[in-house]
Amino acid sequence: MEQLYQQVILDHSKHPNGKGLVDLTDDLLGGESHQVNPTCGDEVTMRVMFEGTGGDRTISKVSWDGQGCSISQASISILTDLVEGKKVSEAEAVAELFRDLMNTRGKGFADDDAEAEDKEDQLGDATAFTGVSKFPARIKCALLGWSALRDTFAKTGALADAQAATVTGTGGVHEPHGE
Amino acid sequence: MEHTLSLSELQAVRADFPLLERTVRDGQPLVYLDSGATSQKPHPVLDAEQDFYQQRNAAVHRGAHQLAEEATDAFEGAREQVARFVGVDEDEIVWTSGATAALNLVANGFQHASLGRGGAQAERFRLGAGDEIVVTEVEHHSNLIPWQELAARTGATLKWVPVLDNGRLDTGALATVVTERTKVLAFTHASNVTGAVTDVAAFVNRAREVGAITVLDACQSVPNLPVNFHELGVDFAAFSGHKMLGPTGVGALYGRREMLEAMPAVNFGGSMVEVVTMESATYMPAPQKFEAGTQMVAQAVAMGAAAQYLSDLGMEGVLAHERELAAEMLKIAEIPGIRIIGPMDLEHRLAVVSFVVDGVHAHDVGQLLDNDGIAVRVGHHCAQPLHKRFGAASSSRVSGSVYNTIDEIARFRESLKGVRAFFSVD
Repeated sequence: MEQLYQQVILDHSKHPNGKGLVDLTDDLLGGESHQVNPTCGDEVTMRVMFEGTGGDRTISKVSWDGQGCSISQASISILTDLVEGKKVSEAEAVAELFRDLMNTRGKGFADDDAEAEDKEDQLGDATAFTGVSKFPARIKCALLGWSALRDTFAKTGALADAQAATVTGTGGVHEPHGE
Repeated sequence: MEHTLSLSELQAVRADFPLLERTVRDGQPLVYLDSGATSQKPHPVLDAEQDFYQQRNAAVHRGAHQLAEEATDAFEGAREQVARFVGVDEDEIVWTSGATAALNLVANGFQHASLGRGGAQAERFRLGAGDEIVVTEVEHHSNLIPWQELAARTGATLKWVPVLDNGRLDTGALATVVTERTKVLAFTHASNVTGAVTDVAAFVNRAREVGAITVLDACQSVPNLPVNFHELGVDFAAFSGHKMLGPTGVGALYGRREMLEAMPAVNFGGSMVEVVTMESATYMPAPQKFEAGTQMVAQAVAMGAAAQYLSDLGMEGVLAHERELAAEMLKIAEIPGIRIIGPMDLEHRLAVVSFVVDGVHAHDVGQLLDNDGIAVRVGHHCAQPLHKRFGAASSSRVSGSVYNTIDEIARFRESLKGVRAFFSVD
């Protein structure tokens, strides 16, 4: 059980960061997402604010409210810590890594994965969820907040901007799949 | 004095369920307290399904060969077993894929009648603006959403009987909620969340006063207490095989004979017709007119075996055992920080106990219990409005069956005591 409920998870679930919605005011760069886990009725509303434009768009503030189990609450809290101040493209990469971690069935990144250490560095406290990936019923709990984050990226066009910038950076806006 | 299952009877019952022998989570004995979701299956049920496939498998109601005869006998014999088990005649039992399908079948019968099908005899099933459909606040989504949809399609109004703080339905509200405009009164026989057994007579009496058709969700009651639909006086009732020790993929709809005759068919195809031309078709009498296409024959046969198994045990004894389990379960109220959603007395209640642990989410409760080998249900148990009514997004639920022991409930209670400490909640 201690493998699943790591102390860092219990701590974050008791004292979550970013909880309490901050008004988006008329900041056109902000986005909101509401996600529900239909199996248990858990839900989260997340608001993400950005600074800058295009490929330089940076996450300035994550705020959220919701109710759920210790896994979902801790995951959103750690997400908040991880992505604030990051570029959208960087946060998207972390979100992708976290999803990969959730597919490792409790093993974490493989020993023969040369980048394993680098990946764990990027995930920081979120590596504490390695044990969660062993329990299929709980993976959705851990991913709830990350789904909300990515949904705000999609809704606000932040993800499209980040992807376009990546393509531009490697040469040629008209060849999105060419590189 | 009610006769409950003796310890030796209980041991014999447990020996019939092969799955109960397995261990979970690093070699711990399994304590299965999720029978309200689905029950485990005894050898006679497993054998009946296998035997059908190995010895009798053939298309029923057609074919002139010996196998077809034997398959048809097994299929119709199962219908008779199930009918007898719930106190009705065999031609009043329609096979369905489950209770949800059975409830949808009735709702769709109203829908087809409202579209003008079924002739003059279907008049009672016709709904329109101004008519009312009444359900209750404790319904499983399967006995709520089909009626929401029917209301939306026909223009009828959906109303509901409220639940009281003690988890029992407010039968006093029937006089006002059910009116002369009410055409359908759909309600559960026993709640899958609170465990409360409904005062069916109060509902049936009120429905008769206004001429409404009654539809009973009997999923939780049929496996756990003696049920006789003729004595209850309901017009329709739905129950599933897999919750009464039978297989998945099969359930049954009971319809009072004149109801099944009058309700229009809703599924069409082979096996349910008399004469077919390119323009139209005539349909067989009930129950066949509701059984289009190849049926779940092996599963029906095994559901018949399940009904027989429970009959042989004796449902009075099953109910008494259920009451003992419920008494043990309700003792969790003594643990600090536990709130039970449902009645605290043992009268008219099943061994189905839902509870909220103050400061700990149901998912986390279930996870810790599972770590001790105890299988419970967590979530909203397909009853979101009821949870909202009791101010909880979700709850944990234990539900018992014929094979559970008092010792198992004690193990669950011990495990539950450690949950709040683990999450440092005081």
